[in-house]
Formats: sequence, structure tokens, C-alpha cells
Amino acid sequence: MIPVEFRGFAWRHAGRRAQAVSGVDLRVEPGERVLLLGPSGSGKSTLLAALAGLLTEDSGEQDGDVLIDGKPALEQRDRVGILFQDPETQLVMARSGDDVAFGLENQAMPRDRIWPRVHEALEAVGFPYGVDRATHALSGGEQQRLALAGVLARRPDLILLDEPTANLDPEGAQDVREALRAALADTQATLIVVEHRVAEILDLVDRVIALGPGGALIAEGPAEAVLAEHGEHLAAQGVWVPGVPLPTRPAANAGDAALRGESLTLVHTGSDAPALEDVSFELRQGELLAVTGPNGSGKSTLALLAGGLVKPTRGHATVPGEPRPLHRLPARRLATRVGSVFQDPEHQFVTATVKDELAFGPRQAGWPKDRIEARVAELLERLRLAPLANANPHTLSGGEARRLSVAGALAAAPGVLLLDEPTFGQDRRTWGELVDLTADIRDEGTALLAVTHDRDYAAALAGRELVLGKGRLAEEHRR
Amino acid sequence: MTLTLAPVCDAQAPIARVNPVAKLAAVAAVSTTALIASDWLTPLLLLAALLAAVPFSGIRLGELARRLRWLWFAAGTVVAVNAVFAAEQTGRILIDLGPLTIGTGALLDGTAIGLRVCVAATAGVLGFATTDPTDLADALTQQLRAPARFTLGALAALRLLPLLTAEWRQITSARRARGLEGGWNPVRRVRLFASTMFALLVGAIRRAGRLAAAMDARGFDSEIPRTHAREQRMRPADWIVLGAAPLVCAAAVAVSAACGVFTAFN
Repeated sequence: MIPVEFRGFAWRHAGRRAQAVSGVDLRVEPGERVLLLGPSGSGKSTLLAALAGLLTEDSGEQDGDVLIDGKPALEQRDRVGILFQDPETQLVMARSGDDVAFGLENQAMPRDRIWPRVHEALEAVGFPYGVDRATHALSGGEQQRLALAGVLARRPDLILLDEPTANLDPEGAQDVREALRAALADTQATLIVVEHRVAEILDLVDRVIALGPGGALIAEGPAEAVLAEHGEHLAAQGVWVPGVPLPTRPAANAGDAALRGESLTLVHTGSDAPALEDVSFELRQGELLAVTGPNGSGKSTLALLAGGLVKPTRGHATVPGEPRPLHRLPARRLATRVGSVFQDPEHQFVTATVKDELAFGPRQAGWPKDRIEARVAELLERLRLAPLANANPHTLSGGEARRLSVAGALAAAPGVLLLDEPTFGQDRRTWGELVDLTADIRDEGTALLAVTHDRDYAAALAGRELVLGKGRLAEEHRR
Repeated sequence: MTLTLAPVCDAQAPIARVNPVAKLAAVAAVSTTALIASDWLTPLLLLAALLAAVPFSGIRLGELARRLRWLWFAAGTVVAVNAVFAAEQTGRILIDLGPLTIGTGALLDGTAIGLRVCVAATAGVLGFATTDPTDLADALTQQLRAPARFTLGALAALRLLPLLTAEWRQITSARRARGLEGGWNPVRRVRLFASTMFALLVGAIRRAGRLAAAMDARGFDSEIPRTHAREQRMRPADWIVLGAAPLVCAAAVAVSAACGVFTAFN
């Protein structure tokens, strides 16, 4: 149990002009459990990194103090444990037990004491396998629980959680939250959590601290009081405040068929079980069809096959007026028929400016110059990207990058748009923007298919839903 | 295709249980001898010794053949190229088709070079297919005092390799969706390859940075000397392997010299 204190803390990352946070004065009492809230850009992650002793002298410029138990955080690293959001880049070793042991070896713990600790930590997080389990064979939720075990094994006096469930599917996130709950019941450690999804984490914390841009304090106090008083404001800033209703955008009637998938099947080479088996469906103009199902059920595979991006083992996807199946179309023609938006927007960026990114598809399709210019101007305006027209796509914020990837896929005016997890990991504000954006596109007559785990997104927009299970179509229903 | 370097043998097989550093030294001794000797008999004897060791490696024969097929194909090519394009065709002429002439001397020289490649390849596969990368890193740190920054850093990077394969596939699909693909145009293909590689690299560097931060957060950069959760020791059997490898090499050279065919550095 140790106190934590920021005194007039400011931090500027090396190579940046603006400070990430400035003038931060915060105190967390020993054993207290605090939820840190705030919009993107409020510097929450910077504060956690400072506490974890990761803001070293060569990585930027600091003002003020970060004190853990009265001493600078950089000297207290051994007493602090931090869990990041991406499980893939936290695991070090090939075997699960070795990974938990890694942090103990760094503490110079003798071998005979390491392994009892490893087993204890794995048990605390409900890790379902033995110590020899290969870390690459774990699901995201299991990897994150293993990473948590790695943190707990070091018995930190201060535990920091940086959006621990943001990169997980709903089942994985649920498992991690349960592991956290069980593990925290056994420890007296001081806890600081950063999380957008407030509802799921509220019962773990005593106090909420809400930050504004640059780390300015907006409000603090017991969760109920802060959320009751500042809920609307925080929701508008992007926090998922429980009880603030979400918008819905029901669709008008769907039109004619815009894309047909027939017996779509994909078997990966060297694998027995098909990733997708015999799925047929029809997608109509002006509707959003949600594709749901647990991880590994073939949702993303369906999007790849329906988008003509991967050659199916059997079956094919077609659009009216195009005799060839989509996977056999040349790419530049495909982009005028079906647009695909991937989970990671950066994978799709192929030029150096936002403007060029929007002009790319039409150029490939051989549109005349004035038509391209008009289209780019229209998209910049509609997606509120005009001020960023000359920015490099890789420098955009999460929400902006996502808007740009949608705009890029729409640029060559395809009649069908396929989206893979469009709202994954987004804050509430970006979420609302994406709902409005996709609803507008849909209402103009474009056919939309969205692969999603997000119940709220499907509820807000989808007219129909395909539920997949183990690569097959489990059910299809109207909403 | 996934890139993993997990061992493919029975973990309890005698060779699999040998300390990785001892194994590495043995592989180095055999390969070096084969590459230095330039006659045909020395590498042939070494190859025989390696094949005699195969049953103790716990690698299934099918798997071994699968791993070796390209390497042996390469060795075969080396034989053919060296025989056909030898500076002088000496000895009895075996084939004489105008420009294509192969004599016994050139064929023998080519075979010797091919055999040397075979020995190095087989020794390498026997060594690495029976060694878990984690054990190798542990042994390098504990027996050779290699810095943990290097060995564990390499291990952590190895863990991220399979992600790269998946990401490559994703980027390729994402680019086709944008209207970008190589098609039949070789120039466009090369440019697309380069830009995909660049995107992959950017992602990999970002990931490596995050991983490094996570490792440091768990105390990897503290100055305390680390302990080792898994012990790697040199047991008597390991010392025997370490000592036997140079002996086998010496014996091969001695037999070859006794037969009057041994040459080196050619």
C-alpha cells in the first residue's frame, strides 16, 4: 500500500512541440483504487507511463515530480506493475510459465522461489493451462490474463491498468475482468485504471478522476457523484458513461440485391477444418447487414471472400452487372464495385496525403480529372477531413484515420461497402460519428455489410443479422 | 505458412537433450571440417557419421527429409555446376557433346564441393531441429555468458515473427481492396512488394517499441544481475558430445589422409 502523487507534472515527448500533459496535481492514497477518465489526448496513458517509470530522461522533457511512496517513480520501478492493452506485445517468452517467470528473473529471485510464485500467479488469474502452454496458441483474452499474471507475480505495491480489455472481443474482455476482480480481492495494492468502458469496471474502483485535454482536472470523487454531475459532458468527450442513451438509426426499406454470396467456402492449405463453409447470403441496397459470432467463427473470412479479396476454395461472390465473380476482377475494377474497410486503417493507406488517399481509387479506375477533383472535395467536406487535406494519413488520430479509411473505400463510388469491426476499440464520440457516417452512406442506397462484435452498433443500424458459428451460418434473422 | 522455430523432434531423444551450446559447438566443428577439407572422402565420412546420429535425434525421417530436400537439391546443383563449368576437364572424359564436356576429374571435384554443402546443411538441421530456441537462449546466457539483452531480445523478436506473416496477408488484401495489385506487370509487382514491405516494417518497429516498454516495465532494464528460472547445465553427456565431435572430425581427416586423398583449402 503506497501513496502516489503528481506535483506540477508536465511532460513533452521528444520531438513534439506541445506538451502531452501539463500542470498535473493529483494524489492517490495508499490502497486506493482509482479510475482515470478522459477523452483521447487527455494524457491518461502518459500519466500511467510516468508512474511505471517508462518516461526516461532521453524520451522527453519533464517538469515537476512524479512520486511513488515519496520517491521519484523512476527509482520505484520494482514496486510498480503495468498491464497494457495489446496482449501480443506484452508477452516475451514462448512458454506461458516462462513468461510469468521473466519478471521475477529480472528481480533476481532465486530459482526455487520463482516457480511457486509462477503457479500462484497463474492460479490467481484463472489461467486454464499448464506452464508449458505455448503463448502463441492462446486467445487474446488468455494472453491478457497471462500478462496480468506476469504483473501480479512481482507483487507490485502499485498496479496500473492501461485499457486492459480494449483489444479483446467481448468474451475475452469478460474473462479478463473476472480475473482482475479475483486477483484484486487478494491484494492490498494501490490501483489506477484507465478505461473507456466505465460500466464494466465501476465496481472495482473507489474514486473517479476525470481529466480534460492536456491532463487538466475536470472532476473527482466517488463514481456515482462524478458520473451523475458530469456524465453528459464526459459522454460527449468520448467516455462510455453508463445510462447515457445511445443513438439508433433505423433503416428504410431495402432495395434490390447489390451483392450475392453463393456457397462461400475457404479451406486454408494445411488445415482440415474450413475457415468458412457453404455460406450463402444476399446483400441489398440501402441496408446494413450485421455479421456476428464468436472469435474464429469465420466472420472476417466472410468479409474477405465477399469483398473478392481472397479466392474462395468453393463458391463465389458476385454483383449485378458483372459477369465475373469478384475474386477474379482486376483490383482497380474491383474497387469501383465493392469497397472494403479493414480493422486496422493504416494497412489501407497507400499515399502520403489525405487528399491523395481519396483520389487514389478514382484515379486507378481511370476517372477524368475534374470528376476526381469534385469527388475528393465532396468527401473531404462530408467526412470533416477538409482541414487535414494535406496531412499524412499516418499522423491522424484513431477516429480520423477510421473516417479516412471509410472515405477511401467509398471514393470510387462502389455500390457495396464491407466493414470489418468498424467500431473496435473506439471511444464513445468516435463511435457516434461512425454510426452517423455509416447510416448516411446506407441511406443513400449503398449496401453495407459490417462484421462486428459490437451489439450496440448492430442494434443501432442493422436491418438483418447473420450469425456465424464455427465457419457455418448458424442463423439469420431480422432485427 | 507460419514461421515458427519450435523443435520437431521427440524431446526425450538423446540428441534433443544435449545442452544447446554443446550441440552448437559440435555442429560448428563438423561443418568447419567439411568446409576446410576439399577432397571427396572427408565430407563423405562426416556425412556417414551424421546419418548414423539421426536415429538418436528423435526426428522422424519424413520430417528430416522434408527439411533437407531443398538443401540437398542445392547440393546437387552445386555438383552439376562445378562439374560442367570446371576450368579444366581432366581425367577420363565421360560425356562429350561438343560444348558440354564432363571429365571424371571435374565430376569428382564437383561431388566433393556438393558433399561439403550436404554435411554443413545436415549438421545444421540436426542441431536446430532438435533445439528449442528458449533452451538455446538459456544456454547461451548461462554457459557462454551472452548478455540477456541479446538472447532474450532475440527470443522476444522470434515470438513476433508469426504475426508478420498474418500481417503481410492482411496488408496485401487491404491493398487489393484499394485497387492496388501487381498483376502481370513485373515493375508494378516489385514496387508493390517494396511498399508492402515498408508498411510491414513500420508496423514491426512500432510493435517492437511497445514490447521493449513492456519488458522494461517488468524490470528488464534494471541493473540487477538476473537469475534464471530454467537451469541449463553442462552434464557429463554434454561434455562427451563436445569432446566427441572434434574426435570424429579428426578421425575422418585421418582416414582420408591414410587413403591418400586428403586435400584442404581448395
